[in-house]
Amino acid sequence: MSLTFIIAAIVTIVGLTTPILLAALGELVVEKSGVLNLGVEGMMLIGAISGFAVTVITGNPWLGVLGAAAGGAVASLTFAVLVLQLNSNQVATGLALTIFGSGLSSLLGLSFTGRIIPVFGSIFPASLARDPILKVFFGYSPIVYFAIFMVFVVGWFLRSTRAGMILRAVGENDLSAHSIGYSVVGVRYGAIAFGGAMAGIGGAYFTMVITPMWAEGMTAGRGWIAVALVVFAGWRTGRILAGAYFFGVLMALELYAKAAGFSFLPSQFWAAMPYLMTIVAIAFISAREKTGSSAPACLGKPFLASS
Amino acid sequence: MRIKLEKRLNPSVFMLVATPIASVLLTMLIGLIVFDALGIDGIRAVTDIFFTPLLAAYKWQDVAVKAAPLVIIALGISLGNRAQVWNIGAEGQYIIGALAAAGVAMAFGTTGGFFVITLMIAAGVLGGAFWGAIPAWLRVNYRVNEILSSLMLTYVAIQVLGYLIGGPWKDPNGRNFPQTAPLAPDQTLPILFPGTTIHLGVAIAFVLPFVFWVLTARSVFGFQIRVVGSAPDAARHGGFNTRQTIWMTLVISGAMAGLAGALELSGALRNINLGFPSGYGFTAIIVAFLGRLHPIGCLIAGIVLAVTYVGGQVAQTSVHIPNSTAGIFQAMMLFFILASDIFVRYRVRLVGRPGKAAAVEAGE
Repeated sequence: MSLTFIIAAIVTIVGLTTPILLAALGELVVEKSGVLNLGVEGMMLIGAISGFAVTVITGNPWLGVLGAAAGGAVASLTFAVLVLQLNSNQVATGLALTIFGSGLSSLLGLSFTGRIIPVFGSIFPASLARDPILKVFFGYSPIVYFAIFMVFVVGWFLRSTRAGMILRAVGENDLSAHSIGYSVVGVRYGAIAFGGAMAGIGGAYFTMVITPMWAEGMTAGRGWIAVALVVFAGWRTGRILAGAYFFGVLMALELYAKAAGFSFLPSQFWAAMPYLMTIVAIAFISAREKTGSSAPACLGKPFLASS
Repeated sequence: MRIKLEKRLNPSVFMLVATPIASVLLTMLIGLIVFDALGIDGIRAVTDIFFTPLLAAYKWQDVAVKAAPLVIIALGISLGNRAQVWNIGAEGQYIIGALAAAGVAMAFGTTGGFFVITLMIAAGVLGGAFWGAIPAWLRVNYRVNEILSSLMLTYVAIQVLGYLIGGPWKDPNGRNFPQTAPLAPDQTLPILFPGTTIHLGVAIAFVLPFVFWVLTARSVFGFQIRVVGSAPDAARHGGFNTRQTIWMTLVISGAMAGLAGALELSGALRNINLGFPSGYGFTAIIVAFLGRLHPIGCLIAGIVLAVTYVGGQVAQTSVHIPNSTAGIFQAMMLFFILASDIFVRYRVRLVGRPGKAAAVEAGE
């Protein structure tokens, strides 16, 4: 295996990992606050088309990313109003958001099919970003660095800040948090909007970096893998990074298997691999834990203050 | 004044029935406003989506054929949801069911008839049940969340379909398109009314809700599902087996989805291509909720959703709205029905602030 091949492989893996990493970090914060939002796939699709549309209109990919975050956050707020204000079932409402997101994105996407957009320039000097070896560190889209940066931000926020502690308290025991004066609903609104924004940026990675164009349903279930990743990681930030790269490697295997024309196994086998491995990984992790105690105690349960 | 929620002792039956109707009406209203805002003839669009399929007799067969898989799949899904078991992988079970039926048909070559068709349908039911049993096995033995596993298996099923129709099962006369050969004429379901597309599967979809109704209302199993769903602790004390409930609901809902797949293949589509997974398994989730997880509700809601599918195609040609609009309408209905749940479980009261009320009293 040559060095160029290894570098090309790493670049591919990083690219495939970034969207699920972003979406999973967002979902982690949502779930830590005690809310299960299964609408990640829908929010990613809405982010994908919003980011693309804003970039087409303004010609500026940075504004596009902001648009994607805003699109994802606005979409998540429909979910938030239903589950927080009207106490609707979180599982069903999340599904509704996914169905809604795929419908809305394909409607919005009609006028953007076949359009091309300016892509991100590198934030590093060309001598570093184009270097055949150093590009493994410097050759990525700014969103990639943002995703890695957010791993540390989210980890630090949840572990070491007062706000993060309140958020975890709300997720572990909403009634106690409420009784000592924290706004359970307010905290959850913030968490859900953050989750939406992160999923939106993750979705935009598809339309703005991987293939700079719009196609219906192009996130292809990655949002669901992000949800699975949070479970798989046992609600821990560091493990989300590791898990995301695990899936990134699996998805890269599919591409390389296709390119290499491995004829002893059909290409569909490799395409199914990330989904199969998700199941196996969750089975492995869940079976090992004695009581499943790593999940936030209030996850998925509606909160109704008694007064 | 503020809003106060009082938990009802029993869900309001009036609200259970009224809210789905209100959700559909509200969806129409929002659609009308949004279309007008987009510069599309809103009244025409909403009329075409929701009423034309019902008013034009030649559209009834389309509605009936579209409703059949939705109703059948939704029956299984609602059974699970009642027990808080979430099968969102019905799409995958539907695919595997259809593939199993196609496999049987292929094994018999061009031989058809009652025996072969029955065998095809049985294979579809078993195939779907098997695909639904995997999440059950994983949940019971390894505590894998069935939402995630059933959905992941849908993507696996799509790859299985892609492999089979592009490889070993590819139609040799199909101009190299990835698709199975069309079923032999004797392998297709009988048409109920000559000159229409209404096949035997439509009748099955119409009868099954009543069978489910009787079974779930009268059997211990039906009671068990409701208890496990609404009061898991009580169910344990009462000796009801949660593991068994998970197995049963997932296997049955898988079997229903598989049945729908087999009927769709042998009754409507006659072969399997890459477009076969058209999202019925996901839309059926909406049907189950709009039908309030009740078998007869599923029947009615299945027809409503089928109307929006057929109406969406009408509106596509009449006012040039894209096909995906129907999907948005369907999702909107689900949002409204979920939002209105609160009226079923709670009594919503407007009450004055206690302090204010006291002040008013004192002033008198």
